[in-house]
Amino acid sequence: MSTRAQRIEALHTAAAERILIMDGAMGTEIQNFKLDEAGYRGKRFKHWHRDVKGNNDLLVLTQPDIISGIHAAYIDAGADIIETNTFNAQVISMADYGMEEFSAEINGEAAKLARQAADAAEAKDGRVRWVAGAVGPTNRTASISPDVNNPGFRNTSFDELRSAYTEQVIALIEGGVDVILIETIFDTLNAKAAGMAVLEAFDAAGVILPIMISGTITDRSGRTLSGQTATAFWYSMRHLKPFSVGLNCALGAELMRPYIAEISGVADTLVSAYPNAGLPNAMGEYDETPHDMACQLEPWAKDGLVNIVGGCCGSTPAHIADVAAHVRKYPPRKLPEIAPKMRLSGLEAFVAG
Amino acid sequence: MTTTTSPPSGANFLNVGERTNVTGSAKFRKLIEANDYPAALAVARQQVESGAQIIDVNMDEGLLDSEKAMVTFLNLIASEPDISRVPVMIDSSKWVVIEAGLKCVQGKPIVNSISMKEGLAQFREQAVKCRRYGAAVVVMAFDEKGQADTCERKVEICTRAYKILTEEVGFPPEDIIFDPNIFAVATGIEEHNNYGVDFIEATREMKRRFPLVHISGGVSNLSFSFRGNEQVREAMHSVFLYHAIKAGMDMGIVNAGQLAVYDNIPAELRERCEDVVLNRRADSTDRLLEAAERYKAGGGKKKEADLVWRNGDVGSRLTHALVHGITDFIETDTEEARRLADKPLHVIEGPLMAGMNVVGDLFGAGKMFLPQVVKSARVMKQAVAYLQPYLEAEKIASGVASKPAAGKIVMATVKGDVHDIGKNIVGVVLQCNNYEVIDLGVMVPAQKILEVAKRENADIIGLSGLITPSLDEMCTVAAEMQRQNYHVPLLIGGATTSRVHTAVKIAPNYTNNQAIYVTDASRAVGVVSQLLSPTDSKAYVAGITAEYVKIRDNHLKGEQKKVRLPLAVARANSFKIDWAQGVPQAPTFTGTRVFKNYDLGKLVDVIDWTPFFSTWELTGRYPAILKDKIVGVEATKLFADAQALLRRMVTEKWLTANGVIGFWPANSIGDDIVIYTDASRKTERVRTHTLRQQIAREHKGPGGRERANTALADFIAPADTGLADHIGTFAVTTGIGEEAALAKYFKATDDYGRIMMKALADRLAEAFAEHLHARVRREFWAYAPEETLSNEDLIGEKYQGIRPAPGYPAQPDHTEKATLWTLMDVEAAAGITLTESYAMWPGSAVSGFYFANPASHYFGVGKVERDQVEDYARRKGWDVATCERWLSPVLNYDAKAGAAVKAAGGKAA
Repeated sequence: MSTRAQRIEALHTAAAERILIMDGAMGTEIQNFKLDEAGYRGKRFKHWHRDVKGNNDLLVLTQPDIISGIHAAYIDAGADIIETNTFNAQVISMADYGMEEFSAEINGEAAKLARQAADAAEAKDGRVRWVAGAVGPTNRTASISPDVNNPGFRNTSFDELRSAYTEQVIALIEGGVDVILIETIFDTLNAKAAGMAVLEAFDAAGVILPIMISGTITDRSGRTLSGQTATAFWYSMRHLKPFSVGLNCALGAELMRPYIAEISGVADTLVSAYPNAGLPNAMGEYDETPHDMACQLEPWAKDGLVNIVGGCCGSTPAHIADVAAHVRKYPPRKLPEIAPKMRLSGLEAFVAG
Repeated sequence: MTTTTSPPSGANFLNVGERTNVTGSAKFRKLIEANDYPAALAVARQQVESGAQIIDVNMDEGLLDSEKAMVTFLNLIASEPDISRVPVMIDSSKWVVIEAGLKCVQGKPIVNSISMKEGLAQFREQAVKCRRYGAAVVVMAFDEKGQADTCERKVEICTRAYKILTEEVGFPPEDIIFDPNIFAVATGIEEHNNYGVDFIEATREMKRRFPLVHISGGVSNLSFSFRGNEQVREAMHSVFLYHAIKAGMDMGIVNAGQLAVYDNIPAELRERCEDVVLNRRADSTDRLLEAAERYKAGGGKKKEADLVWRNGDVGSRLTHALVHGITDFIETDTEEARRLADKPLHVIEGPLMAGMNVVGDLFGAGKMFLPQVVKSARVMKQAVAYLQPYLEAEKIASGVASKPAAGKIVMATVKGDVHDIGKNIVGVVLQCNNYEVIDLGVMVPAQKILEVAKRENADIIGLSGLITPSLDEMCTVAAEMQRQNYHVPLLIGGATTSRVHTAVKIAPNYTNNQAIYVTDASRAVGVVSQLLSPTDSKAYVAGITAEYVKIRDNHLKGEQKKVRLPLAVARANSFKIDWAQGVPQAPTFTGTRVFKNYDLGKLVDVIDWTPFFSTWELTGRYPAILKDKIVGVEATKLFADAQALLRRMVTEKWLTANGVIGFWPANSIGDDIVIYTDASRKTERVRTHTLRQQIAREHKGPGGRERANTALADFIAPADTGLADHIGTFAVTTGIGEEAALAKYFKATDDYGRIMMKALADRLAEAFAEHLHARVRREFWAYAPEETLSNEDLIGEKYQGIRPAPGYPAQPDHTEKATLWTLMDVEAAAGITLTESYAMWPGSAVSGFYFANPASHYFGVGKVERDQVEDYARRKGWDVATCERWLSPVLNYDAKAGAAVKAAGGKAA
C-alpha cells in the first residue's frame, strides 16, 4: 500500500496528466437511508440527552457501514478523490447537538473510514485514490452580523473559528487524509481562519498536505454570501498557495459556469468545480439527471476551464460515473501565467499597477 | 466609443486616502472619540465614492482604546458594501491593533506597518503572521538604530528586510511595500535639507534592485514646517510627488483634496519648492520661507482670487471647472453654453469634451493625479445630467421621439471597470438619434450583459472600458456570446481599446457576427445606422471583416518581424551608397555659427500646424481640418485663438529664439561617425555612435531602403574611401522667456491659455529647426542653392538631406545629444541646457545632426538585440546595464530576465 508521501506525489503527477474526478454528495445519499432518530443514535448514543437526528457526521460513529458504503459506491463510479464525512465536525457546529466533545473523534473515525475505502480500492486495482479531509464553513459567519439592528455584532470570531478548525484538522491528519479541503465557503473570513488553522495544524503535526479551497457563489449576483466576487475571493485565499481553488454547491452547472470561467482566468493553480445536480425543485429535490449534468460539465473540460470535477448536493454515484465518462477524454486545464502584481481585495478585487 | 481621458502615465500611482485616519484627520478623530460611528462610516463612504482605491484605517490616538475602535470600525465597514468593496489598509504602530484588525477583514488587506525596530526576531514573527493572515505589508525603513534618514541607510535597511521577507518568510516581492520615511525639509536645520533627495534617490535605487516592490510614504510630513500655510504645503507635496513618482514611488498617503495641480503652481513658488525638495541651492529654505510669506499673505485673498476664473468665456469656465473638479457653477455654465449652442448635444460634443481633453492631457503628462481626474469626471457627469431634459425635449421637438426607435442597443462598462463618461456620451448621442439605449452601468459581468441583451432582444451590444484589464474582459464577453449563440454585432470602445486589439484579440472570439471598434462618440451613430440598415448592413460588416482579417495578418507579420538578425548579419546588409559617385560638396564653413534672438516673424509662416491640432486631440491634417465636418468648428475656433496668441507672442517678443549650427569633417568607421578636429582628418575630436536596424528582412541582399539594415553611419563615407565627407549639427530653441511669459501673462488657473502658449512655443521651435535646415541647404552647406519648395513640400520632406534628432527613431539614444553639446557648446551659444536625463531645457527646443547625402533618409532603428547592446555599450564606454537602461524602449528582449538567467549561471549562453 502506498504511503501518504507517495500518494501526494502521485496526486501532483496525476493532476498534470488528466482531469481528476471527485465524489458526489454525501448528505443527499444519507437521506436515501431515511434514518430515524434511533438510527442516528445507534447503540452508543441511545440515551443522549438531546435529539441528534440530522447530525450526519455522527454517523461515522453510529452507522459506519452506511458511510463506508457511500465511499465505496463513489469509488466504483470512478471518483479519484473522496471526501470525509466531516462537513460539520468541529465544536462550533457540534454545539447544536451538545456533542462538542466528540468532534475530534468523529474526524479521526471519518478519516479512517474513507482511508479504508480508498486503500481497499487501491489494493484491488493498484490505482491510488485520495482522501480529502472535508472542512466545512460552520453554521456561523465571522464577517456578517446575525442581528439586523446591530451590524457591528458577530456571533463568532476569527480566534474561535481558528481553534475549532485546528482541532478538526489535526484529527483529520492523524486519521490519515491526504488532502485538506476547505469547502462550501460562504464567508471568506471563516475560510481565512480555517487556512490559518490548517497551517498551524501542519506545524503541530509536522507534515504539509495539499490544500484544496472551494468557495460558494450563492446566486446570480456572482458573489459569495459575504459579498465577495469570485476573483476577490481568490485574492483573499491565494496566500495559502493551495493545490486547487474552485467552487461548489448552491448553483447547478449552468449557472456556475461564468464564475468558474472567471476563476479559471485568474488562478495560477488548479481549478476544481463540483456543482449541485441543478437547482432544487419545488419539493426540495434535485432532478438534474446524470446525463444532464455530464452534458453540462463536458464543455468545461473541452474549453479547458477545469482540472478537478465532481458533484455536490443531489449528485449520486450515477452522476459521477456519467460525468467521469464525459470529461475523461479531455486534457486538464493549463495554468495561466499570472503577472506578479499586488492583488488585493475588499468585496471586489483590486490590482495595483 | 469613448473620447475621454486616457491615463497612460501616473495612472499607476496608488493614492491611499487618510480621511479615516485619526492621526491624519481631526474631524474623524472627533467622531471616533464621540463614538459617532454612523458619521465615521459616512466619512469612509464619501472617501470611496470620491475614488479612493484603498482606505487607510488608523485608530492610534492616546486616549482611544485603539484595538476596540479598530475592530468596531472594521466590523461596521464589513456591513457596508459601498465601503467594503475596496481593500483596507490596517494602519497602526501597535502590532496588537494590527492583528485585531486582521481578524476582521475577509478581503486581502495591507498592513501598515511592520519594521525591524524591535529586532529581527519580532520582525520575522510579525511578517509570518501577516503572510498567514493573507495581507500585503508596508515595511518602514527602521531598525534597532532608528529610522533611516540617508539614502544609503534607507536602501541598506530595506534590502535587509527584503531578503528576510522573500527568502525566509516566503513573501512575494509584489506584496511588499517599502516606506523609506519622508521627513520634513526646510526646517532650518541643515542636516534636513537633503531628506527629499534621500527619499527620491532611495526610491530609485530600490526600484532598480527590486522592481516588483512598491514604494510608499506619508507625504504630508514633508511640509511639516509650513503648517498653517496650505498653499505652500500643497505646492511642496505636488512638486515632491512629481519627482518621487518619476523615481518609482507608486503609492502614498495623500489627501487628494489638498494637492495642487503641478502646472498650476505659480512658477516662482514651484521653482522654490523644487529648490527645497531637490536641495538645489544652499539658500533654498530661506527663499521658500520668503516666498511663503507672500503666499501666506495671499491666503486670505486666495478665496477671492479663486473666482477670477469666472471672468473667462463659458468654454474656459467649463474647462476650469473640469480641471479643478468644481461643481459650484457647473449648471449655470452648462446652461449658458446650452443657450449659445444650436443643440444641447453640441454642448457635450463641444466645450465639455474640449475640457475633458485638457484633463486628459494634464493627466497624461503626470501633472494631474488620478483622484483629481475622478473629480473631473464627476463634474462632467453633473453637466451631462443637467442637459438630459433638454436632450429629451430636443428629441420630441425634432419628431424623433414619436417615431418607433430605430434600434435597440444594450451598453455596459465591463466587469472590473468603473469608467463610464465616454459610454454615457455615446448613450446620449445614440438616444438623440432615436436609438433605444439600455445602459447597464459600470462593472457589469458578462452574464448580465448577455441576459439583458437576450431579454430585451437587443440589436447591438456595446462594451466600454478604460483600463487595460477591461481588454481581456471584452474578449471574455465576446467568447461567451459565441458560446451562447448570440448573433448581434458587438461594438467595442473606450480609451484603451483599439482597432488592432479588437481585430486581433476580440473579433476572433466571436465569429457569429462581427466585433467592431468604434473610435469615438461621434462615430457611434454612423456605425450603428449602417449596422442596422437593411440595405447596407451586409456589405458594411463584410467590409469590416475583411479589414480586420488584414489587420490580423499585418499584426502577425509584425510579430514575425520581431525576429532580429545577429549584428554581424545586419552589418553585412547595411545601406549601401555608391561612393564612387563622390560625396556632397563641402559646407561653406566648418565650425559653428550662432543665431541669437532670431526673428520669430520668419518662423510663423513655416509652422506645421497638423501636430498642433493633435496636441488638442483633434485629428486631421491642416488646413483640411478647419473644414472637417466633425471637428471643423472646434478646430477653427482653436486656430483663431492660436493665431491671436501667436501674434502677441511674436509682436510683443515674449520669446527669444536662439540657435547654433555647425559643420565638421567626418567619416564613418563601422557604425560610428568620427568627427575630426580639422580638414587634415588626422585627429579625432569626437565620435558619435549610431544604432543599426536588426529587423529580419524578407528580401535579403543589396537593395533599396526597405531591404537594408540601416544605421545613420551608412550615410557618411567610410574613412577607408578617402573621401572628404562632412556632417552638420544644430540646436535651436524658442522657449527662452517662456516661463516668464507664462507667469506674466497667464493666471495660474488658465490652463487653456498656458497649454496653448506651450503648444505654440513647441511649434515655433520645430519651425525654427525647419527654417534653419532650409537655410543650411541653400546658404550654409549650400548643396541645394536653387531649392524652392512650398511649405507643404517642406512638411512633406521633399528635400535633399535629413536632420535626425537623438532620442527619435533613427537614433533612439538620447545621450548622443551630449556629443552635440560638446561640439557646439550649445549651453553658451544658445542657452539650452541638458537635464540629467538628456531632455532639453527650455522644453521648446530641437537638436540633431544634418546629413547631406542625397541617399540619406529617415528610418526607425526599431528593436535591437543583446549583441548590438553589448557592442554599443563597448563603443560608448558603458557597462551593459547602463546601456540597457538608456536603450530600454528599443530592447528586443527583457533585460531583467536576461540578468536573472546570467546570475543563475548563464544557461542561456
